[in-house]
Amino acid sequence: MMRGQTHRALVTTLYIVFLMLPIYWLVSMSFKTTNEILGAFSLWPQDFTLENYRKIFTDPTWYTGYLNSISYVAMNTVISVAVALPAAYAFSRYRFLGDKHLFFWLLTNRMAPPAVFALPFYQLYSAIELFDTHIGVALAHCLFNIPLAVWILEGFMSGVPKELDETAYLDGYSFWRFFIRIFIPTIAAGIGVAMFFCFMYSWVELLLAKTLTAVDAKPIAATMTRTASTSGYELGLLAAAGTLTIVPGAFVIYFVRNYIARGFALGRV
Amino acid sequence: MARIELKGIRHCYPARRGEDPVWALEQLDQVWEDGGAYALLGPSGCGKTTLLNIISGLLTPTEGRVVFDDQDVTEVETTARQIAQVFQFPVVYDTMTVFDNLAFPLRNRGVPAAEIRPRVEEIAAMLDLTDTLGRRAAGLTADGKQKISLGRGLVRSDVNVIMFDEPLTVIDPHLKWQLRSKLKQLHQQVGTTMIYVTHDQTEALTFADRVVVMFEGKVVQVGTPVELFERPQHTFVGHFIGSPGMNVLPAREDGGRLVCLDHDLDALGSGATGSGTLEVGVRPEFVRFAPDGIPVRINKVDDLGRYQVADVEAAGQRLRMIVPEGETIPSEDERVRFDPAHTHCYRDGWRVQSAEAGA
Amino acid sequence: MNKLQNQKAWWLVVPVVILVAFNALIPLMTVVNYSVQETFGNNLFFWHGLGWFQEVLTSERFHASLLRQLAFTFTILLIEVPLGIAVALCMPRTGPWVSVCLVLMALPLLIPWNVVGAMWNIFALPDIGLLGNAVNSLGIDYNFTQQPVSAWVTTVVMDVWHWTSLVVLLTYAGLCSIPDAYYQAARIDGASSWAVFRFIQLPKLKRVLTIAILLRFMDSFMIYTEPFVLTGGGPGNTTTFLSIDLVKIALGQFDLGPAAAMSLIYFLVVLLVCWVFYTLMMRNEEN
Repeated sequence: MMRGQTHRALVTTLYIVFLMLPIYWLVSMSFKTTNEILGAFSLWPQDFTLENYRKIFTDPTWYTGYLNSISYVAMNTVISVAVALPAAYAFSRYRFLGDKHLFFWLLTNRMAPPAVFALPFYQLYSAIELFDTHIGVALAHCLFNIPLAVWILEGFMSGVPKELDETAYLDGYSFWRFFIRIFIPTIAAGIGVAMFFCFMYSWVELLLAKTLTAVDAKPIAATMTRTASTSGYELGLLAAAGTLTIVPGAFVIYFVRNYIARGFALGRV
Repeated sequence: MARIELKGIRHCYPARRGEDPVWALEQLDQVWEDGGAYALLGPSGCGKTTLLNIISGLLTPTEGRVVFDDQDVTEVETTARQIAQVFQFPVVYDTMTVFDNLAFPLRNRGVPAAEIRPRVEEIAAMLDLTDTLGRRAAGLTADGKQKISLGRGLVRSDVNVIMFDEPLTVIDPHLKWQLRSKLKQLHQQVGTTMIYVTHDQTEALTFADRVVVMFEGKVVQVGTPVELFERPQHTFVGHFIGSPGMNVLPAREDGGRLVCLDHDLDALGSGATGSGTLEVGVRPEFVRFAPDGIPVRINKVDDLGRYQVADVEAAGQRLRMIVPEGETIPSEDERVRFDPAHTHCYRDGWRVQSAEAGA
Repeated sequence: MNKLQNQKAWWLVVPVVILVAFNALIPLMTVVNYSVQETFGNNLFFWHGLGWFQEVLTSERFHASLLRQLAFTFTILLIEVPLGIAVALCMPRTGPWVSVCLVLMALPLLIPWNVVGAMWNIFALPDIGLLGNAVNSLGIDYNFTQQPVSAWVTTVVMDVWHWTSLVVLLTYAGLCSIPDAYYQAARIDGASSWAVFRFIQLPKLKRVLTIAILLRFMDSFMIYTEPFVLTGGGPGNTTTFLSIDLVKIALGQFDLGPAAAMSLIYFLVVLLVCWVFYTLMMRNEEN
């Protein structure tokens, strides 16, 4: 028994170490000066500096990237979950003409390679004058986030007994009043999980976000790539920016840590 | 086959930070004779399941020893204890056929295939599962699945005890009595010790030869169904068993004599001395209308067909009595009498023994 | 659950349908439109029929990137699924370490994809990267920017690093939902730990594993950003997977027709595999 447990702890630890190594390298580089990076190989910063971070926080081209990313991610999360809620309810409670096909069609959009859509998206969003706006990126990300949110929420809602709805209707609740007052609080955990996944996919996606923006709504991650190619090898700066993109994600996971496992199980992600 | 003895068992689950540990089981000594049909009866949270898990070895008790025959098995692994258990929710191996499910415990123990087949078929016949042997276990109904769980215990010839943890919870009501009588019949057929955990008195009383009643981590009485009914050792047993439960009335000592409902009941042979809270218990079945008894006022009468339940009040105390069919309920100057042979005196919840009472 | 027949439920779905249709149908139509026309610039288009499809389907370049894609996808599935199951089985079920494990494991999933690429780039650089330096100091000649094998292996390891946690989390969730009684019954029946895995855990994990494989298949088939940032598809074409090739044709060479035809073929392949999975999954759930 004891041997089995040490054995198991070892596997888990090794796996986590494997996950942390590249992140450690990124963080450690962000505290190094360019000279040190390009000079001798060192396991940790010899000449510890916060210069890279100072530059990011003072240079508007850098920090607006953050604000841009956060704005469109937040917008997308709200839109996706808001429209997915009633739809997921419909799928979990009712049968209607073409429901199964519609559900599959929604899922196919989760499967569509963004590369396929990059160019037509550029043309479409230019045509409706949403190119290089936050809302434009937020709407584009709905392509894969709405199906995902519907999928997750439908799983959670199917776990809520139908008697809850019936009792509320018998008590004289109208649909929307029941939905907002009773049903939404009941599946709060599911909404949390759905928002987490919408946040995650919108935050990490870059191909569409990059294609649909130029200056005003350019995401931080795109700023990084462009800087990397124009200003040569400013690896320390790049590493600092990369480290900062991990922070919001880490925050979000920390808040939903207790729901993650349950969300995966129920939400059938 | 074995005689199971629990010696000084106590158990407590790890406490949360800042809380005192709570004993799930307090000091317990109990012998389960070989071949007996026992029921372990008590409300939810009384420690039944803890006790069961200690016997099966899924839990190691904080204190005390578990002895099978003369062998101390307290530290022995579940697998080696040779026990079988049927859980509250049916546990079957979904991907296997019914046959493979029943054969599983034998295969794990390296029994040759040639011996497995006849044994499985024999057990399947006992459980009326022969027709389903080739089917996937996942497709069966809840009662079929419970039979498989039971079958996995029966199929082994070396089983010391089969334990049932509220096995009928998910069974349709009309199938419950079927499965229950099947169990009783199987017990007579195979003669293995069986321990049946339940909070349902009907299940316990119909299945078991001896019923162990538990309350707040203690065994309060062990006895045959008749004993539990006629001589509840603790007011809890009186309450919990019987429908409606026993009337428990506050009593006091007055000049060395027992007084209840402002009447001297010492004549009932319960003379009480010493300290502690005194109570008198009498089952509704043993309260009768009688001209020379305690005056009461009738609040309500429910007709339950074969008998009536009268809800009466005496000296401000509520009291229930069963009036058999055909007996008339007096319309004025109602008085009741307690059957002296079935009226008991309790001190701090425990019955005062007749010997102690000196009757 | 018994569902009520109710056509009014459509009203609840309408907003979703409008938003998704706007994003999916219009671009898809554009792609279809390009795929059957020829252009010589200046927004002049001519009907080209199924010519582009023929050209793409018979082109060696497409075959090569499809083959590379398939090899990559199957390799990462073969590594990530067993590894993910193994790690999930080893994770603690209760106690303070659960949250720590979950948070740390989910971290790679929340890093923007190009940062993942950039991170692995500086991690694997042969001279100044931790990994590259370590491997080279072991005496293995390693340089992912120049050697095809190193580049391919690095891409695979990066994907394993990035996505195995998804399999771990899904499997872990599935494991947590197995009632204790099953494990207790198995102990009573004398089952070995292999038998517990084979007859209890694996059957109960079937659904989450199907989802895990489906998601990993889809996402790895669409992979673009990470290898693009890491290797740029090189050296040569070693890590030029379908999406990278597609973007090269569409935006690099501006060959809209072939790119559109390739997009559609690509999309159909993904769709077909997913449809098979979806049907199997639904049939499973009905049983």
